Amino acid sequence: MKFDDEPTPGENLPVLPGHTSPGRFERVLRAGHFAVTAEIAPPDSADPADVYERAALFDGYVDAINATDSSGANCHMSSMGICSLLTRRGYAMILQQSCRDRNRIAMQGDILGAAAMGVCNILCLSGDGVQSGDHPEAKPVFDMDSISALGMVRHMRDEQQFLSGRAISAPPRLFLGGAANPFAPPLDFRPHRMAKKIAAGAQFIQTQYCFDIERMKTFMAQVRDMGLLEKAYVLAGVGPLASAKAAEWIRKNVAGVHIPDEVIKRLAGAEDQKQEGVNLCIDLIEQIREIEGVSGAHIMAYRMEDRIGEIVTRSNALDGRAPWQPAP
Amino acid sequence: MKAIRLWSARNASWLKKCYAVMEGTLALFNPLLKAIGHERLDKPFAAVEGVVKGFLFDSQSCGQCSLGETGMACPMNCPKTLRNGPCGGVRQNGGCEIKPEMTCVWVNAWEGSQKIGAPEDTIKIIQPPVDNRLKGRSAWLRALRLRDGESA
Repeated sequence: MKFDDEPTPGENLPVLPGHTSPGRFERVLRAGHFAVTAEIAPPDSADPADVYERAALFDGYVDAINATDSSGANCHMSSMGICSLLTRRGYAMILQQSCRDRNRIAMQGDILGAAAMGVCNILCLSGDGVQSGDHPEAKPVFDMDSISALGMVRHMRDEQQFLSGRAISAPPRLFLGGAANPFAPPLDFRPHRMAKKIAAGAQFIQTQYCFDIERMKTFMAQVRDMGLLEKAYVLAGVGPLASAKAAEWIRKNVAGVHIPDEVIKRLAGAEDQKQEGVNLCIDLIEQIREIEGVSGAHIMAYRMEDRIGEIVTRSNALDGRAPWQPAP
Repeated sequence: MKAIRLWSARNASWLKKCYAVMEGTLALFNPLLKAIGHERLDKPFAAVEGVVKGFLFDSQSCGQCSLGETGMACPMNCPKTLRNGPCGGVRQNGGCEIKPEMTCVWVNAWEGSQKIGAPEDTIKIIQPPVDNRLKGRSAWLRALRLRDGESA
């Protein structure tokens, strides 16, 4: 979709009254549309063409793209690099900033830098432990946590100050996000943790992979009763599983991803497991849309990014809406 | 150590009350402590704290104690030193993402906070980032200074 005040690629939209960012992602959510975001696979290269090619897979299907910050503590091109390249082409980017690798000095510098490069959305994360990645001998920083980091970015934006109190002459105009995992223990604490993130500054929440609809319904009912859905938009995390074997592996090795037995059984019983993984993802999006208060889907199609078009089209997640895409 | 830490979380409610009484008593003596000088007393206080809180809570002596807000489970034992709640990586059995054999600090903290109970639902308070200058210093003396409205 194009807005009336559409800028030339690389420049941002005007900030509307009641908005905090000049970005299209905030506009889509505040307009009440069901938003679709997707995670781009960061390349292990210094070639910008790799980034452009991977982003092009999403053209016409997503409202914003998340660029991960060395997720799983494995080295890849930085979120900042990917966001900088893609914002210049007009893409709406969500910069993921984890607390694992940078202290508060580096993070605040990056926030200003990202906003200057046209990034309108930042997702603050704690980050995966260094032990789970390819450099387990690295020093884990964790100077901040995701909640204090959210508070820090909001302080920079709204108070126009660094954490130290020193003034910022032109504040970063950002739409702030946090993550939630409704599926990990302690389950009763999860809604309160989301409340803390929203109190600290989160305006949107992207959840961990949702394969357990019943659990998601319970969580959404809890946060709805707490009045949190009037303060933040929730995008449910979804993604296609490549096979029953892959699902088993993820369940065992990727901490925080909860995959019920029925999901694995459904994949195992299918003739074309990869296709069944896509079908399951589409079914999940349809079921998630039925849950009151879910504002969008966040698709994490690891190594299956080329299937996002099919997932979005067949699930009709966009209701026929055509998101912005670069001119051919 | 693990057994004692779990016992402390299970007994979070009265341990927290004990601390409140101790802080109140210390506050009565604060004029004297100030006359001697908090700076001068910091090392011996920190040493005592280190032993007591180390024994009871496996405290890591960050010098800005939040045990009362974290169900008497020291959040600095979290491999990511998270002070505002559990990360998304907690395993289905409650195990830590990074050290699977260890129960997530925040699973213990949540249980402890439920023992402390409603009027003091302090686990929901947003904790500021750690002041790394305070590591190894006395959190008790700092609490007295904060009580008097002084900067820590």
